[in-house]
Amino acid sequence: MEHGHETTGDVTTVSWGGGLVESLFATGRPGRRALRLPPWDGAPVDAALPPAARRAAPCDLPSLSEPEVMRHFTRLSTLNHNIERGMYPLGSCTMKYNPRLNEEIAALPGFASLHPEQDDADAQGLLEALGMLQDFLCRLTSFAACSLHPAAGAHGEFLGMQVIRAFHLERGDRDRVEILIPDSAHGTNPASVTMVGMKPVTIASRADGRVDLAALRGAVGPRTAGIMITNPNTLGLFETDIAEIARVVHAAGGRLYMDGANFNAILGKARPADMGFDVVHINLHKTFSTPHGGGGPGAGPICVTAELAPFLPGPLVARRGGAWRLAAPEAVCTPSVHSYYGNVGICLRALTYILVNGGNGLRRVSELAVLNANYVRVCLRDVIPVPHGEGTLHEFVASATEWKEKYGIRALDVAKRLLDFGVHAPTVYFPLIVDEALMVEPTESEPKESLDAFVAALRRILHEAQTDPDLLHAAPHTTPVSRLDEARAARQPDLAWLGPCNCG
Amino acid sequence: MVADDRKYTKSHEWVMVEGDVATVGVTEYAASELGDVVFLDLPEPGSEINLGEPVGTIETVKAVEDLYSPVSGEVLEVNQAVIDSPEIVNNDPLEAGWLMKVRLAGRSELDDLLSAAEYETLLGG
Amino acid sequence: MPYTPHTAADVAAMLERIGVASVDELFDAIPADVRFGGDLDLPPGRTEEEVRRVMKRLAAANHGQEDLVSFLGGGVYDSIIPAAIGAISSRSEFMTAYTPYQAEVSQGTLQVIYEWQTYVCRLTGMAVGNASMYDGATALTEAVRMGVAWRRKPRVVVPATLNPRYRRVMATTLAGEDVAIVEVPRRGDGLTDVDALRRLTAAGDVGAVVIQNPNHLGLIEPAAELAAAAGGACVVACVNPVSLSLLKAPGEYGAHVAVGEAQPLGIPCSFGGPLLGFLACADELKRLLPGRVVGRTVDHDGRSAYVLTLQTREQHIRREKATSNICSNQGLMALRATVYLALLGAAGLQELGEANRVRAVALQAAVRGAPGVTLPFPGAVFNEFVVRLPKPARDFRAFARERGVLAGIPLDGFAGCGEGDLLVAVTEKRTAADIELYARTLRAWLAA
Repeated sequence: MEHGHETTGDVTTVSWGGGLVESLFATGRPGRRALRLPPWDGAPVDAALPPAARRAAPCDLPSLSEPEVMRHFTRLSTLNHNIERGMYPLGSCTMKYNPRLNEEIAALPGFASLHPEQDDADAQGLLEALGMLQDFLCRLTSFAACSLHPAAGAHGEFLGMQVIRAFHLERGDRDRVEILIPDSAHGTNPASVTMVGMKPVTIASRADGRVDLAALRGAVGPRTAGIMITNPNTLGLFETDIAEIARVVHAAGGRLYMDGANFNAILGKARPADMGFDVVHINLHKTFSTPHGGGGPGAGPICVTAELAPFLPGPLVARRGGAWRLAAPEAVCTPSVHSYYGNVGICLRALTYILVNGGNGLRRVSELAVLNANYVRVCLRDVIPVPHGEGTLHEFVASATEWKEKYGIRALDVAKRLLDFGVHAPTVYFPLIVDEALMVEPTESEPKESLDAFVAALRRILHEAQTDPDLLHAAPHTTPVSRLDEARAARQPDLAWLGPCNCG
Repeated sequence: MVADDRKYTKSHEWVMVEGDVATVGVTEYAASELGDVVFLDLPEPGSEINLGEPVGTIETVKAVEDLYSPVSGEVLEVNQAVIDSPEIVNNDPLEAGWLMKVRLAGRSELDDLLSAAEYETLLGG
Repeated sequence: MPYTPHTAADVAAMLERIGVASVDELFDAIPADVRFGGDLDLPPGRTEEEVRRVMKRLAAANHGQEDLVSFLGGGVYDSIIPAAIGAISSRSEFMTAYTPYQAEVSQGTLQVIYEWQTYVCRLTGMAVGNASMYDGATALTEAVRMGVAWRRKPRVVVPATLNPRYRRVMATTLAGEDVAIVEVPRRGDGLTDVDALRRLTAAGDVGAVVIQNPNHLGLIEPAAELAAAAGGACVVACVNPVSLSLLKAPGEYGAHVAVGEAQPLGIPCSFGGPLLGFLACADELKRLLPGRVVGRTVDHDGRSAYVLTLQTREQHIRREKATSNICSNQGLMALRATVYLALLGAAGLQELGEANRVRAVALQAAVRGAPGVTLPFPGAVFNEFVVRLPKPARDFRAFARERGVLAGIPLDGFAGCGEGDLLVAVTEKRTAADIELYARTLRAWLAA
């Protein structure tokens, strides 16, 4: 594993600290202890369980001391890229800075120690906080009601589709089962539709990557439940025909769902309800700075029109009779998608972020996100084509097709080589409508120097493509591990450490 | 040069007929386009399959491709060796990498299959 | 602006490079008829300290389990959270890292998930686990969907004593999939009726049978007998992970899938979220697993390394044919639980299980003697049980609350329980004095 770095002009590869770490299950010694519990200080108790109920063999787990545990996980942490180490220009993910104030607030015992089965009276401060967030999200989107229940974006999509289905069923429209989805959509969109028992119908995009109105008009009809659109779309472009799209879908009896993954582009600039949408989900772990945590937890609250509000799951936070309450709505249909009230801890982080920014700050977030993306796109003009660059907002999609044809270098190779330069790769091979796609979203957190370094790295990679393509095919070179044998992982799945513990 | 001891389909399967039993596999072109095959889902022996229907899937790390049946009939046998070691499809798609044996419902469908020369033309050879 | 670096000079330089006069021009892409030109109706931005004051005031207006002695359970528990957990989970390298799609720069996250998967397999006795689910309710729902897909049968049997929240979430999801949920009743002793289950599965049209152990009344079920009565259906065991320290593991009684809520493993209650669902299954079902899965493989240079695998099940490849729409796991929560289990070790796990059980038995003894109070179900419990009061349980709850005790969850209307029935839980945090306090408070209420 490399510790050095090489320099060419402004562009250096970066070295990684630490080495690979043995599995927990291969370490450990019998008799080592970390956590000890306070002993039982009451009268002796016969707590023997009936033999039939008992586990046959005690669970074989590694025994470690606390210093060993801390060392294990601390060493592991050094093997991760993270926002504090460098940029993540991941299109569609909005990897912005995760403010530490959010963490401090969510961990306050007054919030963290509340049990969900406690009475409303015990949680007045928390309920007021959730009420504020519901209210702020409604104001940002210009919608009438909000549910904080969904634990992730895909979960929000699922709930949103439930709401639309429930709406149609209540009107007796049992046949409205089709949801139109552009071919540029994220995979969770059709998956969510299917899970609710509806049918995703794909509509083609135009050459400029936006929804094809003619295709839309041809696809709507009496079976249309609605449409699911990301706006700006997955190419970072605003759906300029959205008002007309809304008219067409509403006229056909359907409702519009907005996938809010790209909300970071339009805070204070455009509001989903104004565009004609009926439901939106918001990814708090994208637009509202809550941490990605290596894959979660996120939160995907949904906001809806007054018409759809009766179909939101209860209970919702509301102020009744001078106090904050978790109130069951006078609902027609009460789907339930979470054990309790959603990822409350994540909601508190998002609320903190909104309070610090304020309305003016949030609008500035979008302005700078869009500025950063356009700056990078323009700087890359002579480096890599961006087929749908006109009207770029907060992200854009470059295509490595030309590089593939000229140098045999694919988007994957570019992504892997970027890792050597201390930058996480952009999103690759998405959206599906662009060949050899590299989706770049810098976010507003990145200073100009970091954007310039990213452009310089890509320029260097182009040079390497022209002069030493094998270097790229074999990248990354300076990371703790090199390219992985994914075929072997799939053919011979090894998904858990099976051997005995504490044999070290 | 495409092997002329068998027939082909536009979706890159090959069919070799002996008596009323057809052996089906995927071509070298298909195997190389797919990349490393990691998993195969093949039809149950004893099941009836029809021409043109998706009867199984071939999975690589990043994609899932449908396997379309080039013939109609009853599935007699599927190749356990490729189920256990999917890489055989990449290494030897024409021989050891056969996928299933089917008892033909009729012979007329065979006329619609491509000859070796026609398949080669399709590949742009 | 609080978290952005741009100075006026930066902005000017960038605008010039782009070739536009102002940032506003970049938003010309939004048509005028849908553009929002005003100011957002939100308060103006404030400094960190001002927001801290606002949020601390809101936090102080709550009364959680830090201030009150808690006997609340029902799936989420007031457990000890070791200090080391926060120290690890708050590290930037874990907290701000993205999903480990680029494995070469994500070995920390990937190895943690692999270790989590391993812990789940060892606790449950199953072969394969996934990277986690949103919560126990969604984990159970996904397990049931797995069973229905595997067996290709459209009915699901659940016990009357299944956690009602989990039941609701399951019903919501399955409504879209034409799967019928059928209930198997409980007996008078609070346990699931094995004979009734046998009759329900006899027709062979059941895809999945759910066993909850301990059940929502806190009782330890005859899990092996129930599993044996499932006919050919997929057996889904919904279990408390802490109880697996002592109780028979799902793998020991023939379950095909094991799920549950892992919040007690080092995660704060936080008014119910974020939580941590776990899901593990027998090897033959692994391709039906929803969510992310980490596998071990080698890199180009032969080093042992970890990678997301079996991805072709997932939404980003299969889209509408995916096993589920789930995209995220609860990564940071799985990290917390993995650190917790590492701190616990085998001996600690044993001690934890016994600590819970001892306190439950002690509390049962303490309340049993109170006038008019009974323990209606005689079977063994792990860490929670039902107390039957002579007057409405809600009244006792309110009375106890005024004396600083969170007395339990009223069960009125659940599985044939009445208004006097209360679900009471303990954890390793409860002391003999806490239990004394509970008994005293109960007696005071009865006397009033």
